[in-house]
Amino acid sequence: MSDAGFIVLSYAVTGGSILVLVIVTIRRGRLLSRQVADQDKPWI
Amino acid sequence: MYGDNDMNHDSTPDAVGGVATTTSRTIGVLAIVAMTWVLVSGLFLTPADINQGDAVRIMYVHVPTAWIAYLAFIVTGAASLAWLLKKSPSLAFDRVAGASAEVGVLFMAMTLISGSLWGRLTWGTFWVWDPRLTTTAFLFVTYIGYLAVRGLGGSPQQRAQRSAVIASLAVLEIPLVHFSVVLWRSLHQSASVLRPDGDVKMDGLMLFTLFSGVLAFTFTFLWLVIHRQRMLLMRDVVGEKGLEAAIRERRRDHGGVVA
Repeated sequence: MSDAGFIVLSYAVTGGSILVLVIVTIRRGRLLSRQVADQDKPWI
Repeated sequence: MYGDNDMNHDSTPDAVGGVATTTSRTIGVLAIVAMTWVLVSGLFLTPADINQGDAVRIMYVHVPTAWIAYLAFIVTGAASLAWLLKKSPSLAFDRVAGASAEVGVLFMAMTLISGSLWGRLTWGTFWVWDPRLTTTAFLFVTYIGYLAVRGLGGSPQQRAQRSAVIASLAVLEIPLVHFSVVLWRSLHQSASVLRPDGDVKMDGLMLFTLFSGVLAFTFTFLWLVIHRQRMLLMRDVVGEKGLEAAIRERRRDHGGVVA
């Protein structure tokens, strides 16, 4: 594959950014979930 | 209402995931499967382009992230309009608008970065002040401003009102970005798939991988918006609880009278 560096970098930046946001979302969601009562969570 | 006993959720299944439900987990699994396919097919299975060579592989992440960023901003605009037009709107509209804008900004950033890398390979430069690139950068900055306005102080209702006005106007930029390649002379290529004549000049596997990318990023978008709008709800509840506690303490300190 020619220009592999640029191509792989574009996939890595995209995948890495999503992964970071997913991890932050899960961690903060868990943290907030401990501070909020079940009756204030309509999804439960 | 928010006593210690109520906050002990460790025995419930959702205490593990925080904001996860069966539906959101299913969407998450679908996103992982579709993303894996796009990665494998985009990097190894699809053929190189006759003109661009292997650089065309960037298309499988660049185009879907751009389309889903548009979708995210349209969702933000629609939810904001619903907030403004309804007589007694639910704050859920505002939370969906905010969560969708957060994800849209991330996807737009990824579009700009992958586009710059693609531009370096095909045009020989990371950036030019081309109409498509310039309007896209302007759209990106507009929604960063939108998120900054959401972060200002005030009640959730005040936040919803002022951010809904901005989002309703900001969404008008999307047609400008999309049609910039038609309206002005642009270095950026015109539409390859969504062509007015409907004639798609693309290899079958390339087209399938591109649409798989759109599906994969749509699942990712849905997962993120579902989780983040629930987070915003819990953040509002925690903020309200903190405010109520502060008022109670002040009342106690001043013998039941709050200035």
